[in-house]
Amino acid sequence: MTAIATITPAITQPAGMRPRRLTPARIGIYAFLIVTALFFLAPLYVMLVTSLKPMEEIRLGAILALPRAPTLEPWVKAWSAACTGLRCDGISVGFANSVKILVPSVVASIAVGSLTGYALSFWKVRGAGLLFGALMIVAFVPYQIFIYPLVRVFAFAGINNSILGIVLIHTIFGLPTMTLLFRNYFASLPQELFKAARVDGAGFFRIFWSVMLPMATPMLIVAVILQVTGIWNDFILGLIFAGRENLPMTVQLNNIVNSTQGERAYNVDMAATILTALVPLAVYFASGRWFVRGIAAGAVKG
Amino acid sequence: MPLVRHRTASRLAAGLALSPALLVLVVVYLGCTAWTVWISLTSSRMLPNSTFVGLRQYASLMGNERWQVSVANLAVFGSLFLIASLALGFLLAVAIDQRVRAENTLRSIFLYPYSMSFIVTGLVWQWLLNPSFGIEKMVRDFGFPSFRFDWIVRQDMVIYTLVFAAVWHAAGLVMAIMLAGLRGIDEDIWKATRIDGLPPWRVYLSIVIPMLGASFATAAVLLATSVVRLYDLSVAMTNGGPGVASEVPAKFVMDHLFERGNLGLATAAATSMLITVAAVVAPWLVWQSRRTRRAHA
Repeated sequence: MTAIATITPAITQPAGMRPRRLTPARIGIYAFLIVTALFFLAPLYVMLVTSLKPMEEIRLGAILALPRAPTLEPWVKAWSAACTGLRCDGISVGFANSVKILVPSVVASIAVGSLTGYALSFWKVRGAGLLFGALMIVAFVPYQIFIYPLVRVFAFAGINNSILGIVLIHTIFGLPTMTLLFRNYFASLPQELFKAARVDGAGFFRIFWSVMLPMATPMLIVAVILQVTGIWNDFILGLIFAGRENLPMTVQLNNIVNSTQGERAYNVDMAATILTALVPLAVYFASGRWFVRGIAAGAVKG
Repeated sequence: MPLVRHRTASRLAAGLALSPALLVLVVVYLGCTAWTVWISLTSSRMLPNSTFVGLRQYASLMGNERWQVSVANLAVFGSLFLIASLALGFLLAVAIDQRVRAENTLRSIFLYPYSMSFIVTGLVWQWLLNPSFGIEKMVRDFGFPSFRFDWIVRQDMVIYTLVFAAVWHAAGLVMAIMLAGLRGIDEDIWKATRIDGLPPWRVYLSIVIPMLGASFATAAVLLATSVVRLYDLSVAMTNGGPGVASEVPAKFVMDHLFERGNLGLATAAATSMLITVAAVVAPWLVWQSRRTRRAHA
């Protein structure tokens, strides 16, 4: 409940001991940070240089070397001609599918989550506490438990292997986190706000739409960051529920890289990998501290 | 009385707004779990049937070699991943907390892997650890022709490469959580320890770490749930191989559901996963709710 409040003052001032001058200890700290930073950056760097090399250079093996004859051809091929099985339309197909899945899923999951969070925090509905507690617990359960029955139910309803099906799935599995996020945020708002709106005669949806949702802009941003990265990065749900025609980018990427016959085009693979990572990376670097706030808020259950 | 009617309408609306959540909880979360547990008690193969066989599926699960490997892998992976991520994340947070330069840049570098998918993570590390092109080849060309780092193709070592990739992916998350915890520690505590002349390592060991208990618990639970869910990384990096050396329980369930057509065994495995998660999460939830209750009292 108060977890978000205690975590979000997050990055204010460093609390560690005030440094004197450049002591051996400080050199050690910097050495540790720099070496670790290089270790963290190395994969990104290797991906990038590999994707810009022609295959002849890759066969030489120097993975850290800069490309001698940089080429964008692997990128073009990855985007529009890489093969998954018999079809060679590139990863752009997966990109389009992921966008088609992403947009409605983000909107639907945030809409349902924010409304549920609002109803749970201001309206004294009987059993609300129980519902909330149960939602928090089931958030931990691995998907494998639900997958088979859900496939059967969806097949029965005729929405298996469709965009609608996968959007519904993302909405269902996004519900606990989204509800938690908004419930905690609304619970931190002053109750007087709600009471004043009620005295003015505003009803349930009116208060939600004109008072609470505008107040919840920071949480909306956090929720969008969380859902965009989470849904874009999803693999297992897209694999099972989206259907062959709508496979998201992550699934297509894995098919391109791991089911190639004959010699693998590593440069094309790496270009496709970067392309798949581009959306969450862009969200991450554009959102800065909001991203940390998002994972902290989404992380703390209960 | 219009006001009263208005109020009733609003109450009704509130109940209505909660109905999707209630429906999801009952139908999906509870209903599907019950269905899965039920199938695991039947003799279902390709198609579900309702021949009750008790715990026979669980017995054959325990005797299944691939399941045994999967569970052992999860234990090894889980414990190493937890320890390494928590340790590295904590050390990074402490180091960054020493008023270092370029703090924002460093934080961004440590956290960016977490924004990417396990598929991307797995494919990158598959490439880096590839013996004929990756790190092994690089060090050999550097003048150490006998250098060996072929863990990813060795049955006895492959699981450690998964740990490697997963720590790279998640250590930044631990750092972010720990840093938030460190920044929440009162400035007066630092002043007091300075006056007492305690060496910094003592302060961290006996004062700071105990104070960060909640941060450690949060990070640990978060990492632990991702351990049980581990699937994408194994699929992308090694596809469970070489042989079955990097199989994990979640993959066991998926493969037996959709490729091998053995529903009974798959659902028994899924139920076992559920029990494991419950054993991890339940104590933490109890602890959490006690803590909040105490905070409110």
